[in-house]
Amino acid sequence: MAQLISLMIDDKPVKVPEGTLIVNAAKKVGIDIPVFCYHPKMEPVGMCRMCLVEIGRPQIDRETRKPVLDEQGNPVIQFGPKLETACTTPVSEGMVVMGMSDKVKKGRQDILEFLLTSHPLDCPICDKGGECPLQNLTMEHGPGVSRFLYDEKMHLAKHYPLGDLILLDRERCIQCGRCVRFQDEIVGEPVIGFEQRGRSLQIETFSDPGFDSYYSGNTTDICPVGALTTTDFRFGARPWELKPVASVCSQCPVGCNITYNIRREARAGGRYVIKRVLPRQHEEVNEIWICDKARFAGYQYAESPERLTRPMLRRNGELVESSWDEALQVVAERFKAATGGLVTYAGGRLSNEDLFNLKQLTEGLKGQAILKSSIGGGVLVAQMGVAKGTDLGKLGAGDAILVIASDLQEEAPIWWLRVKQAADRGATLIVVNPRQTRLDRFATHTLRYDYGSETATVLAMINALESKKTRLPDWLAKYRPNRFQTAAAKAFAGAKNGIILFGQEGMDLPRSQELALACANLLFLTDHLGSPNNGLIGVWESANTQGAWDMGFRPSTELKEMFSSARAVYVVAADPAGDDPSLADALEQSEFVVVQELFLTSTARLADVVLPVTAQPEREGTYTTGERRVQRFFPAIPAPGGVIPDYEIAARIGERSGLKMENRAASLVFAQLAARVSDYEGLSYRSLAETHEQWPIIGRDDLYYGGTAYENTQGLGVQLMPSSQKRKIFQVNWQEPPVRVSGKGLLGVPITRLYDRGATVTPSRSLASRVPGPFILVNETTAQKLDMHNDAPVQLMLAGSAYSAMLRVDTAVPESVVLVPRSLGIPLSELQPVDIRVAETTPA
Amino acid sequence: MNLLYEKYAAEIKHILAKYPADQKRSAVMPLLYLAQQEQGYIQKQDLQMIAEILDISATDVGSIVGFYTLYHDHPGGKHRLQVCNDLPCALRGADEFLEKLCENLGVQVGETTPDGLVTIEAVMCLAGCDRAPLFQVQDAEGIRYYENQTVETALQLVEHWRSDGATPAPSPLGLRAGQEKSSTPLPDETVTGLSAEVRDETASDTAATETQETD
Amino acid sequence: MSTFLLLRHREIPNLDQLDVYRQHGGFEAFQKAITTLQPKEVTDEVKASGLRGRGGAGFPTGMKWSFIDNNNWPHYVVANADESEPGTFKDREIMEGNPYQFLEGVMICAYAVQAQSAYIYLRGEFWQLAAELDKRIQALEAAGLLGDNILGTNFSLRLYTHLGAGAYICGEETALLESLEGKLGQPRLRPPFPPSYGLYGKPTIVNNVETLTNVPLIVARGAKWYKTMGTERSPGTKIFSLCGQVNKPGNYELPLGTTFRELIFTHGGGLKDGRKVKAIMPAGASSSIIVATEEALDTPMDYENTQKVGSVLGSASVIVIDDSVSMEWVINKTLHFFKHESCGKCTPCREGTYWMMHISDRISRGQANEEDLETLNDVALNIQGKCLCALGEFSTMAVVTGIERFKSDFELRLAQNANPESPETVLAAVD
Ligand SMILES: Cc1cc2nc3c(=O)[nH]c(=O)nc-3n(C[C@H](O)[C@H](O)[C@H](O)COP(=O)(O)O)c2cc1C
Ligand code: SF4
Ligand code: FES
Repeated sequence: MAQLISLMIDDKPVKVPEGTLIVNAAKKVGIDIPVFCYHPKMEPVGMCRMCLVEIGRPQIDRETRKPVLDEQGNPVIQFGPKLETACTTPVSEGMVVMGMSDKVKKGRQDILEFLLTSHPLDCPICDKGGECPLQNLTMEHGPGVSRFLYDEKMHLAKHYPLGDLILLDRERCIQCGRCVRFQDEIVGEPVIGFEQRGRSLQIETFSDPGFDSYYSGNTTDICPVGALTTTDFRFGARPWELKPVASVCSQCPVGCNITYNIRREARAGGRYVIKRVLPRQHEEVNEIWICDKARFAGYQYAESPERLTRPMLRRNGELVESSWDEALQVVAERFKAATGGLVTYAGGRLSNEDLFNLKQLTEGLKGQAILKSSIGGGVLVAQMGVAKGTDLGKLGAGDAILVIASDLQEEAPIWWLRVKQAADRGATLIVVNPRQTRLDRFATHTLRYDYGSETATVLAMINALESKKTRLPDWLAKYRPNRFQTAAAKAFAGAKNGIILFGQEGMDLPRSQELALACANLLFLTDHLGSPNNGLIGVWESANTQGAWDMGFRPSTELKEMFSSARAVYVVAADPAGDDPSLADALEQSEFVVVQELFLTSTARLADVVLPVTAQPEREGTYTTGERRVQRFFPAIPAPGGVIPDYEIAARIGERSGLKMENRAASLVFAQLAARVSDYEGLSYRSLAETHEQWPIIGRDDLYYGGTAYENTQGLGVQLMPSSQKRKIFQVNWQEPPVRVSGKGLLGVPITRLYDRGATVTPSRSLASRVPGPFILVNETTAQKLDMHNDAPVQLMLAGSAYSAMLRVDTAVPESVVLVPRSLGIPLSELQPVDIRVAETTPA
Repeated sequence: MNLLYEKYAAEIKHILAKYPADQKRSAVMPLLYLAQQEQGYIQKQDLQMIAEILDISATDVGSIVGFYTLYHDHPGGKHRLQVCNDLPCALRGADEFLEKLCENLGVQVGETTPDGLVTIEAVMCLAGCDRAPLFQVQDAEGIRYYENQTVETALQLVEHWRSDGATPAPSPLGLRAGQEKSSTPLPDETVTGLSAEVRDETASDTAATETQETD
Repeated sequence: MSTFLLLRHREIPNLDQLDVYRQHGGFEAFQKAITTLQPKEVTDEVKASGLRGRGGAGFPTGMKWSFIDNNNWPHYVVANADESEPGTFKDREIMEGNPYQFLEGVMICAYAVQAQSAYIYLRGEFWQLAAELDKRIQALEAAGLLGDNILGTNFSLRLYTHLGAGAYICGEETALLESLEGKLGQPRLRPPFPPSYGLYGKPTIVNNVETLTNVPLIVARGAKWYKTMGTERSPGTKIFSLCGQVNKPGNYELPLGTTFRELIFTHGGGLKDGRKVKAIMPAGASSSIIVATEEALDTPMDYENTQKVGSVLGSASVIVIDDSVSMEWVINKTLHFFKHESCGKCTPCREGTYWMMHISDRISRGQANEEDLETLNDVALNIQGKCLCALGEFSTMAVVTGIERFKSDFELRLAQNANPESPETVLAAVD
């Protein structure tokens, strides 16, 4: 515990830990010292000089080294001749800070006058107007008139695109450097910087392609003026017309807390529409950051004109619109008739309530609840996941994080950011992947393996451990560690806290199950289970994959057989036919197919009944993150007429099939869920809505702390306890991984890219230019062997079918390996031999 | 792959050797000089190549170009003739010199002669104030000073370049004007070496006073 | 007979040759230091000599060395050869004429703080000079004075030159370090100061070229001897770069405490055409401007006395301005300089220098009134005390003192502006 320091700020006594900066000490007692360049998440730089205050320190006697006392016995306080920056000065014992003296007021006025000399004062048309620290501080401290001649102002570009998503207004920039420091310090991708100097200092990018970072949108939140804006919101609305609605991002398992800003709009017939997405503070989940996918893909799909709004039935081979009543009746009858032969296939973007009801329905009809997921291990995560109280933001020196089989920035950008920052704080970062990823730069140990031998790598690390607390199976001996694996294993074992994240790189179901088990064993043997900041995290494909596991859904390797032999298939929030044409054939063979969806997917096209659903921003529910935190989201915008939330559809079908199910409200479904799913016991919508004060304090009137990120008033959610935390004695099983023979030739490897062609990404206008067409990656040598060059149109031959794609050369790809991004049109779901041919035509 | 590296491999290795292995970024300025050497300005692809060599972002490199005045991001004349017209030189006629020179060459400050030979630039103090008017020339040979100039000598230099003749030598390093010896002899009159002991009983021993650094 | 400590090449031909330098006692001090003295003894000797930094701030050199953080390694020494203050051209002459004495100073400093690498940061314009220094460094390596285990001791040292590229701010020591690290040359927050957090975050001593060039003599002849020159609180000699409107501009090495009069008239040959000294800027463009009264001319040039006439000694680049010049023009020149050289990092300097220059331009163009002059003065005062480094502060010195001490020059210009028909009453800067 740091020592506490006592000081006075504006006559208020303050006690804060040693090392606290004056601005932060003031903030803690409700005193706002104005800042522009300072941001509580970044190192202070003292550039803008807005935070100048008068600082007095007790006079120290040179001889005795004790404070000099006046006649009353009070310490004599000495004030320096100059104002000092509160953002760079740490508190010291007996300090007296004056933030409201005439000298300070004059200083603030002077700095504002300087800033305004070059500011365009176009507040009436500025996106930041109404939530602009410069505007607010000018109201409070600024000079009433300008002594600067308008003609002498610099006239600069007002629509300068730094990249596809971020625009810069060069006249508005006050050179605070927050954006530059965010990219450099926090993200570690310095793709924007200052150029020129003096009054010509400007924000610029020389990178190609420009300001292209998955975190770029955050700079618009922390920019203290309207200099940086997002292309989706620019000139979209005035901030004071917007209402905030709390939500949780539905794009990945991190579960970033977000705020939808909504407003009524004429173009939507006077209905509420979402104008932008901003971060909502959750220091244990996403702090005050979100990735660009959350910001730009998170909601735009809901507005798509392609949305389904009417149920459809197949009549005479054609899908035709029907009433809900009729559609539900047909489905209920067929499902009932199919009792024992129903397969419910659900995607991880469904809420816990949806999944719970779907499970109830499926179980009631003795069917099978199948999860759409190409990676497994969810049960292990429920048992050995990170314990309640985990906060990646607290990991640092002495702790260790192991990331295996994951291109983490692509799979879960905010986890990447938090893992990277933990490494910055001194945590041992072990990155284990067959190719270089953006995390490697921050790693303490980088281990490589051949695709397919991820589990062998972990087993070798286990073998390298010195003290073995249980007898290890004999077969383990053949996994001999090399010295790198040994060093990494020892570092992990020696850490105070240890977390393992396993991901999607080259993964299919069996392999990832083996991997998860091996990781669980490593955690068990190194005592990294059952306490906060220890345990296993699955980097799942979807936002609520963990919730689906918890609700009892399980992925299957036998989809084809299941579908073709099912008497009824109920596909919810998934598109198996789109993912894999062979699954389309299987579905064609099944007797009855119901699809519950937002869009007319490939699967919906071949369904017998199509049921339109409410989109996530239009309804409420809960998700369970990869760290097993259950979080609530709220309805932000009205749903188009004719759609119904998934949980309600499931309940109505159930009722018509003679089951007793809850269809009235998500909260009531959740109450049932909490009563039946043991890990969720005791939870309620109310407990999920609880909050406590977080640091830094953001989102108040002052606006400058955290920029436009929102304070969390709607709930921090509840992190579940894994079994390992509940029970003291714990046993992990061993399973010898099967030997697989790999073929010769090119090996196709499925990988994940953040911007894919997922159902909720494709409709995003903002990301349109970022989402690529189908492409594959090979290294130079492989390309040379194939006699192909970068950007060549090719055909990927996969299990007898040809897929058009662009070939890209990437030095990080191992030789004779072809990386195939998921959800970009090529249905590669496991390590598999492939072939590449020259394409006759360029792919569309 | 990296053309800059291929071209100047030896120089680049030599430059990199000056800095600790984990501080390669320090080499960004010398590498920019290398990249600028031939064309007289830095092109976009140079930024990328330097970034690759030093393992930093192209933006990190580009920022440097704009900050420092001796790097150029646009082509100029074959020779940049940079006249100091800062206060000390101006007190000795530099403004007039610059104006006349421009007049004679038919260009404005900042412009290049139509034949692309010379760009005239005005620059801040060059640390040659006692030899004004003066200018420096920046071109493929690097940077060098021409001091105690007149419009005539400057024009002669341009003529030399124009006729491809030998370039007059720049001002020599070392000796300066005002070479007379100081008339106040210093206390060690009798010694020439550095190590001669001088005994001086009167000199006080007090250590420096504790002043705070003010800049 | 020796009359120079620093500009010894003026007496000793070819002192820039290693053998000549060694014949005249060169590297004896270095040898003495590394073979007979403890690092701390070297620092103590320099401390005792009272040597003060010649880069501008006049900070006691030995004390700075003693601040080096011995709990954090490696250490670095950086010689500040950025010499960019308008009117300063002394370091250049030292490095051109007496390079080895400077290098020896760097090497002794490195020994005193146990640095194994030292960088010489030269302004980019010193391109040729840097190439020459590189050759000298090679010669030292060849002579076994640089490299591993020098002269059989366990002290190892390497020197490197590093060229800047045209930025006055890189003379500021923390901006210099940033620049040397390959970043924008913008000053860092201080504290921490370089002796605890310098190059690459390691303890670093940054000293001016002239400062370091004093060191070999101090080590060779002792602090007592050194203190016999100059004044009590400003011991030693100083190179005064004399320029502006004098007959014989140039570098003059004189004991600290020499009067302005002696420098300008005895050494500098007085002014042209019987002109009178109107003003003196003793610290280049960053100076407060001294009104050249008889009393001022008789002021000794040292760190304390220059302050008494309302200025500072700085790097002792004495710009002499005669009575043909309007101070309004002088200030305009300085403002163009500072506006051009502001790094842009902190608000008051970035915006203030731009603003001041524009007002000053308007005054010069005849488009200003009384109120503008007041605003100019006010802007300058508002900058003061608020900047991140001293450059912003420097930019206001000439403005505030110029307006205060030469008001009539401005009034004349304003009056002329008010009545553009009136004949030219303000003399052109240069006739
Ligand atoms: C704007 C600015 C420019 C400076 N320029 C120089 C310079 O060109 N050369 C120099 O030696 N010191 C310069 N200094 C002073 C340095 O910051 C530093 O004090 C000095 O190098 C320390 O060396 P010394 O102690 O030997 O004087 C400058 C300071 C400022 C604020
Ligand atoms: S764009 Fe915004 S955040 Fe970036 S420096 Fe300018 S004002 Fe600051
Ligand atoms: S200087 Fe303190 S907030 Fe900018």
